Amino acid sequence: MSGGTFTDAAIRRNPAWIQLLGLCPLLAVSNSLVNATGLALASGFVMVGSALAISTLRAWIPNRVRLPCFVLVIATFTTLSVLLLEAYAFELYLRVALFVQIIVSNCMILGRIEAFASRQPPWRACLDALGTAAGFAIALIGLGGVREALGQGTLLAGMEHLFGPGAAAWRINLGFDSAPFLMALLPPGAFLIAGLLLGLGNGLRNRLSPKPSLRTDFDEHGKTNPDIREAES
Amino acid sequence: MADLALILVGALLVNNFVLAQFLGLCPFMGVTKSFAPALAMGLATTFVLTLAAIACHLIHHALLVPLGLEWLRIIVFIVVIASVVQFTELYLRSASPLLHQSLGLYLPLITTNCAVLGVALLVAGEGLSLPGTIVFAIGAAAGFSLVMMMFSAIRERLEGADLPQAFAGAPIALVTAGLMSLGFLGFVGLD
Repeated sequence: MSGGTFTDAAIRRNPAWIQLLGLCPLLAVSNSLVNATGLALASGFVMVGSALAISTLRAWIPNRVRLPCFVLVIATFTTLSVLLLEAYAFELYLRVALFVQIIVSNCMILGRIEAFASRQPPWRACLDALGTAAGFAIALIGLGGVREALGQGTLLAGMEHLFGPGAAAWRINLGFDSAPFLMALLPPGAFLIAGLLLGLGNGLRNRLSPKPSLRTDFDEHGKTNPDIREAES
Repeated sequence: MADLALILVGALLVNNFVLAQFLGLCPFMGVTKSFAPALAMGLATTFVLTLAAIACHLIHHALLVPLGLEWLRIIVFIVVIASVVQFTELYLRSASPLLHQSLGLYLPLITTNCAVLGVALLVAGEGLSLPGTIVFAIGAAAGFSLVMMMFSAIRERLEGADLPQAFAGAPIALVTAGLMSLGFLGFVGLD
């Protein structure tokens, strides 16, 4: 039951790859593993903190002004994570600053809070938030790894900015003489590699479960909605 | 003047918000399935983004900096943006019901468009002057609208394309955006 909440949120409803939420930070900071890990941790902190706070306070939040309340709570936790990063990982903060601040307008977080945390007891809300955060982290770190390996020929480079000087030794050289595919680090590479990975994932899923595939479409909220084509035509 | 022109070209083409800075991707992927909604979203965002950037700039310099409360900017800016969206909707509803009918649906969504918050935060971070802020906001918003229109026109053509099943929908849209972004890389060096 509780494990189901977690894996459901992390894998089957993976916020980034299945629902395509939070694309801005996903594409922007996935140019290296250290940036990706830093933003995944910050987003996770905001997601879990605000889900816990809102689910604890849900009885006192008036229904009519609930969305402004949610946004304020999320903004508070975002500010906290900005201050924490500034204090303990300033080098990293300088690289991902804008996207840490923009966590507040990440529709993944507001979406999960509106759909789940505001209606459930704290421990379930916390599990769901952890699952969503883990799913986002998997997507972010996966894309970050592929882009760093292709663009720089390394893995885990610069981890000392996040985990202290000891982590400098984690750097793995993949044995290329120069950057194998520099474009992976540039903006076009983010879109192209994300698109190719998503297509690959769709192909694998079609292969594994030969049901008619669910075509990913979006409504205005960026949520997937397989019926939207019928509705529009 | 030359400074302002550089800011405009930089925000519009060189550092295009969608294709180079990854801001506003939700509406970029979500409302570009056909041309008309993409245009409406672009116009609504242009209007709100410019107003919100000016409001945030004024509040940042009149309130947050003198009181030493810059660290509160995220919370303050998001409230300012939500209020600007709300006032815009109220004003449009009374002043121009026709415009409200075509843009009204997109207004609430702009609150969670990270391009709007992004402009406010970038302006505060770089300490632009008020004219600079206005020009930067207009350039960013025009760049956003331009890319929305181009992308929606391409996606209308993609509808009829014969694609591998796995790539239909979002994957091919992302690849298309990647190629557009590659084109926009050609503007680097203009400023």
